[in-house]
Amino acid sequence: MQKKIKKPVSELIIQIVAIIVCGIAALLCLLPFLLVISGSLTDNDYILQYGYNILPGKFSLEAYQFIFEIPGPVLQAYGVTLLNTTVGTSIGLFIIAMTGYVLQRPDCKYRNRISFFIYFTTLFQGGLIAWYIMITRYYQLQDNRLVLILPLLMNPFLIILMKNFIKTSVPHDIIEAAIIDGANDFTIFTQIVLKLATPGLATIGLFLALAYWNDWFHSSLFISTPSKYSLQFFLYNTLNNTQAMRELSQTGASVSMEVPTESVRLAMAVICTGPIVLLYPFVQRYFVKGLTIGAVKG
Amino acid sequence: MRNKTNELKKHGLLYLMAIPACLFFILNSYLPMFGIYLAFTKYNFRGGIFGSPFIGFENFKYLLESGTLFRITRNTFLYNLVFILLGNSLQIVTAILLSKIANRFVKRTTQSLMFLPYFVSYVILGVFVYNLLNYEKGLVNSLLIQWGMERFDAFNTPLFWIFGLIAAYIWKWLGYGTVIYLAAISGIPEEYYEAANIDGANAFQQIRYITLPSLKPTFITLLLLSIGRILRGQFDLFFNIIGNNGVLFSTTDVIDTFVYRSVAKTFDIGLGSAAGLYQSLFGFALIMIVNGIIKHINEDYALF
Repeated sequence: MQKKIKKPVSELIIQIVAIIVCGIAALLCLLPFLLVISGSLTDNDYILQYGYNILPGKFSLEAYQFIFEIPGPVLQAYGVTLLNTTVGTSIGLFIIAMTGYVLQRPDCKYRNRISFFIYFTTLFQGGLIAWYIMITRYYQLQDNRLVLILPLLMNPFLIILMKNFIKTSVPHDIIEAAIIDGANDFTIFTQIVLKLATPGLATIGLFLALAYWNDWFHSSLFISTPSKYSLQFFLYNTLNNTQAMRELSQTGASVSMEVPTESVRLAMAVICTGPIVLLYPFVQRYFVKGLTIGAVKG
Repeated sequence: MRNKTNELKKHGLLYLMAIPACLFFILNSYLPMFGIYLAFTKYNFRGGIFGSPFIGFENFKYLLESGTLFRITRNTFLYNLVFILLGNSLQIVTAILLSKIANRFVKRTTQSLMFLPYFVSYVILGVFVYNLLNYEKGLVNSLLIQWGMERFDAFNTPLFWIFGLIAAYIWKWLGYGTVIYLAAISGIPEEYYEAANIDGANAFQQIRYITLPSLKPTFITLLLLSIGRILRGQFDLFFNIIGNNGVLFSTTDVIDTFVYRSVAKTFDIGLGSAAGLYQSLFGFALIMIVNGIIKHINEDYALF
């Protein structure tokens, strides 16, 4: 008689293959991070002579010392991104949730038309240049801090996702009961929907926050004053513009230090990635939830 | 009847609540559509959208005759096609393998690590590529020298980037797609596998006849969503890895990077707009056709 508990050989083979393949894939995903950290901890002259290596050939903290000697520019860029992220995420989240709530109300007669009005913008666009001319010439937002916040406030994908979240987490009976009790739609939204849809809000909020945190594009197109650069574009600019790298040290007036360009590059990358990777373990599951719900069409 | 008048009043507020979002899309998406007219002008900054001289199809003619249009269309289309097909295939394979790992710790850790690249900005991705492939200092070249071989000059080798950009894409998005497919796999009822076990199907047969067919709806949905974007995909990836390196344009210039350069570097507003309009119209037609065909075959999968 066959024992039920015994797994077939093929199952065992797959187990082993799965662990090996996933292990290698995971390692490859992690590797670039380790290499950059290692490079940032390597002595600059050593890099110039031998290039980057897997482990620091000659350990040195000079790159970090150099950056933290005059932390002004980095902190400023951090400040800009932090401000954009908090302001943009809160306003965007509020509007997205409000719209998602309207769009899932079955008694709202024109909800499908509004949905299509929003969805259509993913089907057809005026193009980057028309949008650029509009923003710079007609809205006059060139070099204005608002241009780093407004365009990222919402997108159709997040609104549809929010709509689905609200639909599944706020029972329509509760809304109906509140209506009978005489609550108006806005009160229902702030008092009931926002409280019951917290997991959805967290997920969408994190998607928004990530977009703000990683944004370099809007700074590159519209911002001309370096002190207004977002963190990622500040990083981009420092890496691709030797002049910007030099200026890092000149702001410190009398300190005339040779710039350890190579290790500073990587140290800068580490400093600008830091918080994302540190927060990652805590926020990961919210993204997973969003992707899982988002994959179901609605 | 009190209820009815009351309801009407309440719905007014409901529509009012949808206004901020509608306003956003009007200002950010609908009004710029008028800028399509730019594609038919020789733009000057004094005249703006409607004050610049009209030149008909000159911009399109130039793009076509210079060969630019062919080059950027081919690159955009082929790269994104490979991204979609190879990307999804590898994501499915990884998701299936991950679902087979019995040890929870190993499964969690590997999945988390694979998801990590999704969180970092493309600027950081650019740093990674520099760190690996720079001619003088890149890790690959340090290793090649240590092993007594010639340096590899990636940034002067256009053909290499066909492989390099695809690898970068796979790296960035593997974990993201895997999460989606893994969710679909965990939705498959356990009884199917139990029944297959009793019938003596081995693990490979179970994957072939149970897991893969169950992933079909997810795969098709993701495929359809990405086909609409096949002409506007991954600008960040191309720009942050290749940048303005003209040597590589034969294999790396896509519509989005061309348009970006025309507004940020060369100031060929007319040409860029023409390329952008071509991209929008082509993409729109593609979605309509694909959606029409899908609607005809299976209504459930249609996008709208």
